[in-house]
Amino acid sequence: MQSPQPIVNEFAITAATVNGSGSQTANMVLMRAIFQMGIPVSGKNLFPSNIQGEPTWYTLRVSQAGYTARPATTPILVAFNPRTANDDLAQLPAGGICLYPADGPWQPQRADISPVALPVRQILDQVGVSQHLRPYAANMVYVGALAALLGIEDAALAKAVQHQFRGKSSAIALNLAVIRAAQAWATNTASPAYHRFRVTRMQATTGMMLIDGNTAAAIGAITGGVGVVAWYPITPSSSLIESLESYLPRLRPADDGTTCAIVQAEDEIAALGIVIGAGWAGARAMTATSGPGISLMTEFAGLGFFAEIPAVIWDVQRVGPSTGLPTRTAQSDLLAVYYLGHGDTRHVVLLPGTMEECYSDAQLAFDLAEYLQTPVFVLSDLDLGMNIWMSRPFTYPEQPLQRGKVLSAEALAKLTSYARFADVDGDGIGYRTLPGNPHPLAATLSRGTGHNERNVYSERPDDWQRNMARLWRKHETARRMVPRPVIDLHPQATVGLIGFGSTAPAIAEARDLLAAAGIATSRMRVRALPLGPEVTDFIARHQSCVVIEQNHDGQLRQLLQLHCPAYATRLGSVAWCDGLPLTAPFVRDQVMAVLEQMRELALVMSK
Amino acid sequence: MTQATVNAIGLTKNDYRGAPSTLCAGCGHDSVASQIIAAAFELSLPPHTVIRMSGIGCSSKSAAYFLGRSHGFNSLHGRMPSVTTGAHLANHTLRPLAVSGDGDTASIGLGQFIHLLRRNVPMVYIVENNGVYGLTKGQFSATADEGQELKHAGVNHLPPIDVCAEAILAGCGFVARSFAGDAKQVRELIKAAFNFHGAAVIDVISPCVTFNNHDRSTKSYTYGKTHESPIHDISFIPHYEEVTIDYEPGEARDVQLHDGPVIRLRKLHRDHDPTDRMAALALLEEARAANEFVTGLIYLNEHRPTLAETLGIGQTPIAALPEERLRPSREAFAAMMAELTGAG
Ligand SMILES: Cc1ncc(C[n+]2csc(CCOP(=O)(O)OP(=O)(O)O)c2C)c(N)n1
Ligand code: SF4
Ligand SMILES: [Mg+2]
Repeated sequence: MQSPQPIVNEFAITAATVNGSGSQTANMVLMRAIFQMGIPVSGKNLFPSNIQGEPTWYTLRVSQAGYTARPATTPILVAFNPRTANDDLAQLPAGGICLYPADGPWQPQRADISPVALPVRQILDQVGVSQHLRPYAANMVYVGALAALLGIEDAALAKAVQHQFRGKSSAIALNLAVIRAAQAWATNTASPAYHRFRVTRMQATTGMMLIDGNTAAAIGAITGGVGVVAWYPITPSSSLIESLESYLPRLRPADDGTTCAIVQAEDEIAALGIVIGAGWAGARAMTATSGPGISLMTEFAGLGFFAEIPAVIWDVQRVGPSTGLPTRTAQSDLLAVYYLGHGDTRHVVLLPGTMEECYSDAQLAFDLAEYLQTPVFVLSDLDLGMNIWMSRPFTYPEQPLQRGKVLSAEALAKLTSYARFADVDGDGIGYRTLPGNPHPLAATLSRGTGHNERNVYSERPDDWQRNMARLWRKHETARRMVPRPVIDLHPQATVGLIGFGSTAPAIAEARDLLAAAGIATSRMRVRALPLGPEVTDFIARHQSCVVIEQNHDGQLRQLLQLHCPAYATRLGSVAWCDGLPLTAPFVRDQVMAVLEQMRELALVMSK
Repeated sequence: MTQATVNAIGLTKNDYRGAPSTLCAGCGHDSVASQIIAAAFELSLPPHTVIRMSGIGCSSKSAAYFLGRSHGFNSLHGRMPSVTTGAHLANHTLRPLAVSGDGDTASIGLGQFIHLLRRNVPMVYIVENNGVYGLTKGQFSATADEGQELKHAGVNHLPPIDVCAEAILAGCGFVARSFAGDAKQVRELIKAAFNFHGAAVIDVISPCVTFNNHDRSTKSYTYGKTHESPIHDISFIPHYEEVTIDYEPGEARDVQLHDGPVIRLRKLHRDHDPTDRMAALALLEEARAANEFVTGLIYLNEHRPTLAETLGIGQTPIAALPEERLRPSREAFAAMMAELTGAG
């Protein structure tokens, strides 16, 4: 094969390994090293619901254009799992590179790719890696080989290894030695793969960080004044609470006792019960869960709505129904969470789509929950929560905590009467008193049963109706308070693309692909429920809108159609959920197909 | 108002009452409510320091009928323990008093009950046990005795769950059984429980006059009155120094609680050491085998830390922490960001 022009800073690598073998560490070193060179990177971890021995794939995308969606194809394959190697190889495009262990049972049988057989055993022998560390160190062989083939800078590699093994000097030395040995071997082996794909230094990541959404949310919650956390472990939400536990002591030292009580509850019913009890007694309380836990929290969510108790609930979504695909991503809980609870229940739902939004929504959720005296849900997903994203650094909050309408004993002393649910401000939100308030007027019995303005038990139809009307008024207040959608208008566009959450990178990239195909688009990323007037305006401005989301029924589209029924037929749907983050070419193709269908339908209708 | 009708903090008994009861006339739960009122009055509890908690059921409804000047939460069926746990974590200076039913605690809520005790949330937890679901009209609960009959539900063939035995096994340090018809014992137990440093469970047999008060029921007034066998005569002594009466050795046992008050147990027909866990379990087992209705303080052990202590919560309740303590300092935040961006 002759050597074609090298492809610089715009490619992807898939490492196919066995889970539990430490390959994630190797992938992170590779990713950080390229990030250190100022080049935009993103990573998608496709892992099994298993602890050890099952296939896992890590896709690392390098993109000077700044694209961070999951790539549709990856021209570089690290085939370190013989069980999946044939399938993995079949997906490698012509001209691709396949790295594999020379001493393993498998060899690639394809003439249109460049095989690179890595002498793993020989390199580990040469470095003198002890027997029990060999399975882990073996992964560093592909890191070193790729560093040579791609031209990763030595200093960037060293920094990445140091970051990954923070403070553990012997691990740093050993892994660096393996990387260096593999690098030397790859440099000295005349390979047609050498510098076919290349990285060269850029300045696009200066001041940025690599972080996952669960960590961002944990930092946000700590900054937002969380005081009580109750949870029950479930993928992909567990690492949110675990990050919170690890960041808490250094961010909020417990000099006079802990400032945040964290309880692993016996189940998600109890987790939300503890949160509701703590919110009722005046603390900022939160839980994090995923679909199955949301199901269990249903009754408490309704109680929180109706008894008007602040609570924050993170749903880091995974694929359902039932246990489903616990380690894959989805956006299928939107409707369930919006309406969680029996009877007429409707919640405030925040929809972060970036790391900075995970951070800021974690704080905003508390402000809204306390101000609105209601449970607030934050809908993240596995892709946002567990994958590594580039982000600008988070900024320290400039506003004080908004603790909402709480009457102290002194404030009560100035009143002649007090009714818990009187709508004195016309925004549907009454004034709370917290347990422990010594004023004789303060006490009230919170309840999930029908009650009047004074919070006294009532079965009167007019009391019920009045109370519900006020709750809907409060929902209107929420509509004005939640984050506005993120809108990017294209002056010529007749097509609008609408999405929420983690699909943002795929939609952004798809817009460029559509533009290249002659279709100009505007974009709106919905940031919260209930939907506001900007949403209607956006839809009204465009002849056709396509709602792109990762669920089966087009849940956001349904809500948009209910929100602005006059434009219901303008809303096309790309609803797709196979557990993987969307790719831009897929979105482009689907959008074009939907637009075509909508055009045909319009034609039929006009006849 | 005369001097005698106010307590040490100047409140009358009326100040501890709640809304008028809507329970059936003669319901055991109303008797328990009046003893809660009496105990709180006699202990001179500042109402705002108490929270009244409950789940769902006739028993849980009764939270509205006492301590009207205390905050409260009539929550979900079987889920009062988690709500109370959360309230304790937010403000551990509050003293929760909860009423629950046998359905609320031993059926739908058994898991939360056990986990609350395991965590040792300091509170008074009263199970108003009538062996039946009152509010849903007469179905069996999990504490119904074997062979017990109900008008619509027929005969129960399953063994009962013993709330007291479950409590001891779960690590609860104050476990008592009583009878709604024995007002004095109920009251003294509630007073002692309020002064116990930890979760205190009182299983009160509280007859449902509408669905389970027939003569063959082991949860009826008649049965209680004819079969109650108190282990001891219990009195709560708030200020130990004032006590002057002397008993013969072996006749009475005084157990001092951590803040100084004493529970005096005057021996009746049997020897029972409530600080002995094995003896407590044996007592319950013997009573079960002999079909005896044993009441009194069955188990007492004040040595476990409360949940707030286990978690290292400081003096100030979390709900009252100032913003400076609820937010990281700018410096701590900046240091963390520097590390995350690799600038540190
Ligand atoms: C989740 C749920 N399921 C069922 C009910 C209906 N329900 C209300 S009270 C009750 C039983 C109450 O029995 P118990 O706790 O013994 O109280 P009692 O009325 O006997 O005092 C039931 C099943 C409910 N409120 N919530
Ligand atoms: S039904 Fe039974 S438990 Fe309910 S109020 Fe009447 S007597 Fe009491
Ligand atoms: Mg009952």
